[in-house]
Amino acid sequence: MNHFPQAWGRPRDDVYGQYNPSYLPQSHGGTQQPITHTQSPIVTGTSVIAIKFKTGVVIAADNLASYGSLARFTDVHRLKHFNRKSVVGVGGDVSDMQYLDRLLKSLDVEENYSTGSHTAEESETDPAMMGANNLHTYLSKVMYKRRSDFNPLWNALLVAGLDEKNKPFLASADLLGTTFSGPTMATGFGAHLAQPIMRRIVPDEAASQQLGREEAVQAVRDCMKVLFYRDARSMPEYSIAVIDEKGVELKEKEVLENQSWDFADKIRGYGTQTV
Amino acid sequence: MTSIGTGYDLSNSVFSPDGRNFQVEYAVKAVENGGTAIGIRCKDGVVLALEKLVTSRLLKKDANKRIATVDRNIGVVHSGLLPDGRHFVSRARDEAQSWRGTYKAPIPVSSLANRMGSYVQAFTLYSSVRPFGITAIVGGWDAETDVDVDGAVGSGPKVGAGGKTKGVKEGGPYLYMIEPSGLYWGYYGAATGKGRQAAKAELEKLKLDPKDGECISLEEGVKEAARIIYVAHEDSKDKDFELEMTWISAVNGPTKGRHEEVPKALKEEAERLAKAALEGEDEDEEKMEK
Repeated sequence: MNHFPQAWGRPRDDVYGQYNPSYLPQSHGGTQQPITHTQSPIVTGTSVIAIKFKTGVVIAADNLASYGSLARFTDVHRLKHFNRKSVVGVGGDVSDMQYLDRLLKSLDVEENYSTGSHTAEESETDPAMMGANNLHTYLSKVMYKRRSDFNPLWNALLVAGLDEKNKPFLASADLLGTTFSGPTMATGFGAHLAQPIMRRIVPDEAASQQLGREEAVQAVRDCMKVLFYRDARSMPEYSIAVIDEKGVELKEKEVLENQSWDFADKIRGYGTQTV
Repeated sequence: MTSIGTGYDLSNSVFSPDGRNFQVEYAVKAVENGGTAIGIRCKDGVVLALEKLVTSRLLKKDANKRIATVDRNIGVVHSGLLPDGRHFVSRARDEAQSWRGTYKAPIPVSSLANRMGSYVQAFTLYSSVRPFGITAIVGGWDAETDVDVDGAVGSGPKVGAGGKTKGVKEGGPYLYMIEPSGLYWGYYGAATGKGRQAAKAELEKLKLDPKDGECISLEEGVKEAARIIYVAHEDSKDKDFELEMTWISAVNGPTKGRHEEVPKALKEEAERLAKAALEGEDEDEEKMEK
């Protein structure tokens, strides 16, 4: 023991050797970095788009996970089937999407402890089943909680499906916990490239209530093609889901058809063209 | 009873000189008074059935379900002290959830039975607790298809390290019974509760060995389960009961690998056949002879 207060209560160096500060944060002489939260997403998925129609919702997202500008994973399913009334489409960080997927899975397991002893035919009319609106509320609270902890889940989500009255429901939630809803929704680049096209077909809520299922699916497919033309972080294979009263029809291996790149050689102003 | 007055039955975790733990044996007695519960492991799924004795006319019919779901693909039925069963189920759910947290996949039925066996056994070791007053039957379907791991990003390698081995069959129906001592075995058919003797006798007549190639189908299993519960109820005929029945099929079967209640139509058909079988046992035999 000596008279230096900083040594009081510490093991004596002459008995136990020099204190090893390596686990301490840098501010206390250690080599440990301070705790940091996500500053930017790493592996990312691009846009998710969706349209409400008369009896349901169509939602689509491509199957690409990019690592920066590298098309790193080409079979990533970004539409998550929650229950027979709702699908979540996820853009942004893929590891955060995996976390959300696990969270949703455990939520679904817990939700079905009591209804698990229902028969399948009963659950089709189960008034207690979570609607897409309930799921959206839940997810938006999760997103807002995480942004308030300064540790956001770096995602933009679309929740598509039916509400508890079996009316079409479509809304978004993002990394800030901000929510929106509308008859057409798009995240990421889709908000700039696909949203105007979808709005031409469905300008308002009333128009979406006139829209048929086939037209809605076709509009979404057309938008996916435009997104592939103009979004460099996209690919031609995509997933598309239709949610209506019959349940969820999810296809995860759709390929863009009838592509036409004729417009491409007329584009000027990028790259190294000389003319 | 030989144990009374010897002093060896007063505390849990104390053996009698002839090597018995009387508290555990008393717990078994509690089980023997409960409504009959059975499980049948069929070719393409598992059926669980319970004779739910109606203790009061004031209870709503078909409410207060007793067969519980653990994770999505496992069912638990128990007979004995109800609250002990509730606690058992709650623990089983926690185990299933923590398994998912660690392995990112649903818990296999065998592992759940193992963990719950250990848990129940721990309650025979300490004087501050009493053993579980239930025998639980745990049935489930381990998925034979690929399970989504961690949000199913990508499909993984198709061959080679981390790929699939050809011809290896995974998953299938599983059935375990866990007793108050913590003892558990895997069964083709399991029965516990008041009518277990009659139920076991009936179960033994069924073709349940999967190696025969004649193992009964899930739908036959449902009908047999209903009949066996009705047979087992014969001895306490004066009391009312409700039949509760759940099943778990293969992923490509009627419940898609989930634990669900047997559909109303099928259950009613099974109950009708069960009643007919009880009333017309003699007639059937005559027909067979012709």
